[in-house]
Amino acid sequence: MENFLHNLLSKDNEVIVIFGFFVVAALAASFIQAITNDKRMARGEKIIELSYPDGPDGDYKIFSWPYLVRKEFLAVIMFITGLLVWGLITDAPLEEFANPNLTPNPSKAPWYFLGLQEMLVYFDPWIAGVVIPKVMVVGLMAIPYLDINPKGSGYYTLKERPFAIGTFMFGFIILWVSLITVGVFLRGPGWIIFMPWQEWDPHRVVAETNIDLTQYIGIDSKSLLGNIIGGLVFIGYFVVGVTVPYILLRKHPTVVKLGIIRYSIVAFLFVGMMGLPIKIFLKFTIHLKYIWVCGWKGIIFFNI
Amino acid sequence: MNELLRKIIEVLTLSQIWRSFFRRKHDGSKRSNVLAVVGNFFMHFHPIKIKRHAIAVRYTWCMGGFTFFMFLFLTLTGLLLMFYYHPNVRDAFWDVKDLKYNVAFGKILRNSHRWGAHLMVITVMIHMVRVFMTGSYKAPREFNWVLGVLLLLLTFLLSFTGYLLTWDQLGMWAITVGTNMARATPFIGHEGPFGEQLGMTAYNDIRFALLGGSMVGPNALIRAYIWHCVGIPLVVAFMAAVHFWRVRKDGFSGPL
Repeated sequence: MENFLHNLLSKDNEVIVIFGFFVVAALAASFIQAITNDKRMARGEKIIELSYPDGPDGDYKIFSWPYLVRKEFLAVIMFITGLLVWGLITDAPLEEFANPNLTPNPSKAPWYFLGLQEMLVYFDPWIAGVVIPKVMVVGLMAIPYLDINPKGSGYYTLKERPFAIGTFMFGFIILWVSLITVGVFLRGPGWIIFMPWQEWDPHRVVAETNIDLTQYIGIDSKSLLGNIIGGLVFIGYFVVGVTVPYILLRKHPTVVKLGIIRYSIVAFLFVGMMGLPIKIFLKFTIHLKYIWVCGWKGIIFFNI
Repeated sequence: MNELLRKIIEVLTLSQIWRSFFRRKHDGSKRSNVLAVVGNFFMHFHPIKIKRHAIAVRYTWCMGGFTFFMFLFLTLTGLLLMFYYHPNVRDAFWDVKDLKYNVAFGKILRNSHRWGAHLMVITVMIHMVRVFMTGSYKAPREFNWVLGVLLLLLTFLLSFTGYLLTWDQLGMWAITVGTNMARATPFIGHEGPFGEQLGMTAYNDIRFALLGGSMVGPNALIRAYIWHCVGIPLVVAFMAAVHFWRVRKDGFSGPL
């Protein structure tokens, strides 16, 4: 516990605590307003965004000067006050002079990259460090072109876009915020999970034998048969994940409107995103190392 | 007394010097409200009028504005910090120490720069959550969301490059861990697929280009310094300008 408190307040970690407050506040603000709006719409009332009284000129639009500018001014004053107080009461971290011969254990990336560093436990470096972040960025940029639901533009709502919000929140809360939290607070020496009540013992060894999927049924994962089975499971996961919902939902108006190409991209990104927590779950429950060990003479290697 | 005060203000605001500074006198009329925005360089990226719900704190949470304000604040404090900082491995760490113990107000300067940088990373993420939750990325604002994602990445990179500048263990190893990823890049990293076949070694791959060496050393420090202080801020300033311009052109999101 002492170690947990130490970890909570050391280095840049107080930032993560503040980040947590921001996240909770943001989620509360958006979900409370979304639920309020949904209730109001069900009753046929005006939503929050439309229920403000008209401005002093009898117009729904009001002058930026002074009504917006004065708010910005106040916000800046409050923000800068908070920041300067923070800067006065706590010092920015500064450790010893950089020493390339002394590797700290654990070595951690800056906190906002710890979710990605966590991925290294489950995948090859080129998948965890290069492919996954790139798919994330491209996937994020593609959101406006994939979400063709015209409703819910410019106001808080859950009922009108449950899938969009559910998916985004899953990615943000489970795959981004909680993996960062795990990386910051629970990953100790040797990148081993330490619970808050455990001492960070650098000599602790966890006897963990992770085995590949096909080894559960006694087939060498590096053999041809093991390769084929692993490949079938991996590719099958995506093929089934993309096609089965399509067959079931192809008459659904949303799927019809999406069209086959947009649907495939949405489904591929969604199934791929879901693959991460599935792999994490399997690693911790049945000590799964890789589903598919695919490689050819060290030129191409695809261990997933 | 009030009469005297009114007289003084009148003389002041009607003087040639005052009018040459501010171009006109603000009198609280509607026309004056319009001119306060369009007739002022610093105010003119605001619209003249804005929808009532758009200025509600509960709608925007001020997060985009905070992010921009943080960018300005960090530019200013960063500029001041540059006066006290030598970007070489011999002096960098001791300059930071000096800021803490010797420079007048150096401690609050560095502290607020560091915490402000973290806050900017936080507020830009929360801004993204807000824009998603209000569906503000929907047509015709798709491209502004794309720009926003790029600005989010650039904010990470700004913070990331700043990490190294203190030249302490924390910064050095955070950058080492972060850039180690690059050597696994397919084709252009020496440990990535096809990297070796394309002639990639630790001395010519993408990680070498990022660090200016095969490990985090003096060249990496000067590269991080230039990217942090000049390169990325320039790109961010341009892209943020386009980002705001698109908000104006596409209109502020809302249910109307």
